[in-house]
Amino acid sequence: MIRIPCPHCGLRDHSEFTYLGDATVSRPPDDDAGDWTSGSRWSHYLYARDNPRGIHEEFWHHGWGCRAWLVVTRNTATHEVIDSKLAREREVQS
Amino acid sequence: MNRRLPDGGRIDRTQPVRFRFNGKEYGGFLGDTLASALLANGVLLVARSFKYHRPRGIWSAGAEEPNALVTVGTGARREPNTRATTVEIYDGLVANSQNAWPSVGFDIGAINNLLSRFFSAGFYYKTFMWPGARGWRIYEHFIRRAAGMGKVAKTADPDRYERIEAFCDLLIVGSGPAGIAAAQTAARSGVRVILVDENAEHGGSIARGAIDHASELREWASGALAELAGLPDVTVLSRCTAFGYYDGNVLGLVERVSDHLAAAEEGMPRQRHWIVRARQVVLATGAIERPLLFANNDLPGIMSASAAHCYLSEFAVCPGGEVVIYTNNDSAYSTALAFAPHASVTLVDTRAEPAPKLLAACRRADVIVRTGAVIRRAIGSRRVRAVAIENYANIGCDLLLTAGGWTPTIALHSQAGGRPVYAAESQCFLPGVARESWVAAGACNGAFDTPTCLEQGRFAATRAIEAIGVTPATIVIPACTTRGDMIPGPQPVPHGKCFVDMQNDVTTDDLDLASREGYRSAELLKRYTTLGMGTDQGKTSNVNALSLLAKSRSESVPDIGVTTFRPPYTAVTMGAIAGRKQGRHILPTRVTPLHNWNEQHGALMSDAGLWKRALAYPRGDENRQAAAIREAAHVRSAVGTCDVSTLGKIDIQGPDAKEFLERLYVNRWSNIKPGKARYGVMLQDDGFVFDDGTTSCLDENHYFMTTTTDRAEPVLRNIEYLLQVVWPQLRVHVCDMTDQWAGIAVAGPRSRESLQPLFADAITSLPFMGVVDVSYGGQTVRVVRISFSGELGYEVYAPSGIGEELVQELYLKNDSPGIAPYGLDAMDILRIEKGHVTGAEIDGNRTLADLGLARMARSDNRFLGAAMMKRPGLVDDRRPQLVGLEPLDPAQAISAGSHLVVESRPREPSASLGEISSACFSPALNRHIGLGFLRGGEGLHDSIVYAANPLGGTHIAVRVVSPHFFDDKGERLRG
Repeated sequence: MIRIPCPHCGLRDHSEFTYLGDATVSRPPDDDAGDWTSGSRWSHYLYARDNPRGIHEEFWHHGWGCRAWLVVTRNTATHEVIDSKLAREREVQS
Repeated sequence: MNRRLPDGGRIDRTQPVRFRFNGKEYGGFLGDTLASALLANGVLLVARSFKYHRPRGIWSAGAEEPNALVTVGTGARREPNTRATTVEIYDGLVANSQNAWPSVGFDIGAINNLLSRFFSAGFYYKTFMWPGARGWRIYEHFIRRAAGMGKVAKTADPDRYERIEAFCDLLIVGSGPAGIAAAQTAARSGVRVILVDENAEHGGSIARGAIDHASELREWASGALAELAGLPDVTVLSRCTAFGYYDGNVLGLVERVSDHLAAAEEGMPRQRHWIVRARQVVLATGAIERPLLFANNDLPGIMSASAAHCYLSEFAVCPGGEVVIYTNNDSAYSTALAFAPHASVTLVDTRAEPAPKLLAACRRADVIVRTGAVIRRAIGSRRVRAVAIENYANIGCDLLLTAGGWTPTIALHSQAGGRPVYAAESQCFLPGVARESWVAAGACNGAFDTPTCLEQGRFAATRAIEAIGVTPATIVIPACTTRGDMIPGPQPVPHGKCFVDMQNDVTTDDLDLASREGYRSAELLKRYTTLGMGTDQGKTSNVNALSLLAKSRSESVPDIGVTTFRPPYTAVTMGAIAGRKQGRHILPTRVTPLHNWNEQHGALMSDAGLWKRALAYPRGDENRQAAAIREAAHVRSAVGTCDVSTLGKIDIQGPDAKEFLERLYVNRWSNIKPGKARYGVMLQDDGFVFDDGTTSCLDENHYFMTTTTDRAEPVLRNIEYLLQVVWPQLRVHVCDMTDQWAGIAVAGPRSRESLQPLFADAITSLPFMGVVDVSYGGQTVRVVRISFSGELGYEVYAPSGIGEELVQELYLKNDSPGIAPYGLDAMDILRIEKGHVTGAEIDGNRTLADLGLARMARSDNRFLGAAMMKRPGLVDDRRPQLVGLEPLDPAQAISAGSHLVVESRPREPSASLGEISSACFSPALNRHIGLGFLRGGEGLHDSIVYAANPLGGTHIAVRVVSPHFFDDKGERLRG
């Protein structure tokens, strides 16, 4: 029953959002051709996810609202939502 | 025997009530619970126990009842496992004992009691595992029948349930002295208050008799409640249980609105599920009296002293004439004095030296007191007849009350807090550290006397209100004195067959055995012995069990552990959770703009996700399959229309839109020109195929994408992810247009001429894969020349509001047999004939090569999934590849889901080489065909494999062919 503050829509119930996952992992470039080996950046990005306890940054999609992707800072141990910002306003990847 | 006193109690003697219990009619009064009415009628034996079928009576007067479980109601309204102690009677109530056959008085299952030494802890695990892994499966059915907990109704629940979302500044759970003091403080401070109590009557201990200064406190409580009821920002709910405490200070409550009425009033639900979001919560949930343990402590006629006191003072029922009260603390003395005018009373106190003041009071009231005495055994078979006291003569009795101290009710605290803290002095667990915004007050917080409860209630509300930022008001709490020392003396060590958990028949012997067998952690012990796992969740048994274990191991209780509390506190009806979300209201329904038209034309509808889609349009007594075959054949010979409004439609605009499509799709988009559409396939990040569809280039910076129906939302979500998170620098905006456009596929050799009356020359010269926006009745209609059926075909997209009108016009301008609707089934036939893939093939585990689409991928690797699609496992040429399949007997149907094997003999073990994904009867080929995936399939054309379907009992020889069954050069669609 947590609520997430959406920068566009205000404090909204989590049922309006979809969770995607860890927002701290960096996505490799798509043209990382042939980089499929098990230790590769793509394999690591897709399959090696941590399950941290405590304060964590996660992607949430406000699908039943403004449809913005957010980076939500949440404590995974207490479910306390600490902060949220638009994913678009993070540092831009190349 | 009539046990009702001539006067007193809060029952309404002007309103007699008739009810039936186990087929016999009894009388009671309005205000009675089933338990109080049965006791008033002298009925002590009301249930049989779960495992040994031992006779059981009424133990408590509240929600903690472990014994008196009954089934209430009949037919569709039958509800098992309700507690007789909380069921309020009404005229015509029907209740029955459970777990007994043929009757609760004579129960065959009671033979288990004689065999009980074989039914020790872990009995099920030890005995029914033979032979081998299948053991439990063999016995389970019989065991479940013998150990049933009542039977649920098998027909739909006819009652109505509601759900309400509520918000308040302060929610107070429990309206005893602490709760009322808290509510009055909060209400006078001007904050929004909700006060709830699970009982019919507010007041907690004030409404249960076992309290000194009862009349002053009652007056104060009723004054306070009247004041609260008159305030606009205060909601007071009775018969309302707070059952769960969730994240974000949200509590789930269930209010039993009309369970206590013979018939609900017009518009009244049976129950109401409240979801309350409170800024602060005061938990004043009270305490439950614990049993004292001795052999045969489960006989009917043995109950908690506080419960008996409640029945005496509130319901004017004196359940026995010869009363023995067994106690280890002061709380039972007021009960003894209350019973003294109505019965002979003997008090057995384990303590050597109770307070002289109490002893003097007993002497004055002719209550005999045995101090330093321990009851070893209750005597009796179907009810208590006497007690055996160590070092004393047996005492005859027909009612034995026990007062073993108080267990704070901390279920909600624990759900939203840290580990409960063991208070060794009070021998109980107190609330741990709050993890949500709650404050505990009263008996649940270890305050077992009324003055402290009142003070804690006022203090808790003050703290909560200050936390909100409001100045708390002050209230005057009534003067009253403490009832004595509620701290229990030590529990005597029990001997013989003592029931620790009466609901699940767990005895002291079971705990000893489990302990000897090495089950040391409280959580393991609980599961092994089933202690505390009944519907009462061990409300009366957990603390006794933990202290017994601690004693037997010479450890402290906290070292043994605490069991975890989880919602719900008491059982919640499924109906209340579902509320109005029943039948078609479980999920929203999406209908296409052509839904009415489809229904008017006899469409057979099915659910596709939330959508209603037309499967086929049967004529006369045609069945679904015959209709689909006729419709598909009609498309190949003339022209048909199909409602494709459910396709995902995404408008894409911006200077970088083309670059975005290039990255999204595996195929080339950089060279697409306005006025042209193109088929595209996109991958997931992991290299598997995600979705396919057609995107039209309307302008250099403006595109119109369609997705499959199934993937409309995931594709849009992924596009938004890519644009907002991965490539925010791309200047592209997208907008979901799925509901804005009606989509109509018009396919067949006569499709062009059928559309000409509507759009005139605008479409005459439209080339294959061309797109044009035409004006229709002043609105823009988009026509794409595209084909999923393999025939000359168009997809017409019209604004939703004119979709139906456009289809009507199309049928009006074309003589009716010449144009006919086709449904999802016919579309499936047409695309299988062409070897086109859909969701049946694109199931998230297929690569481009698996689907025969490898040549579509560009070599520049600049698209989504390019890196991972080259993993060895994904480029392995032994992967199952898309093939066409034809049964050797053309009339033989094959079914999707069948496995493909080389073994010709049915039911012989054989490795699966793949499976059939889609199958149909093809009218164009006049035979059954299918698509499937087969290991190395592209190299196996013309070979024979077998479609094995052991569930359907078929094993069919099929020939492997190209998936393009019909017109594989594509001459028809370019015509």
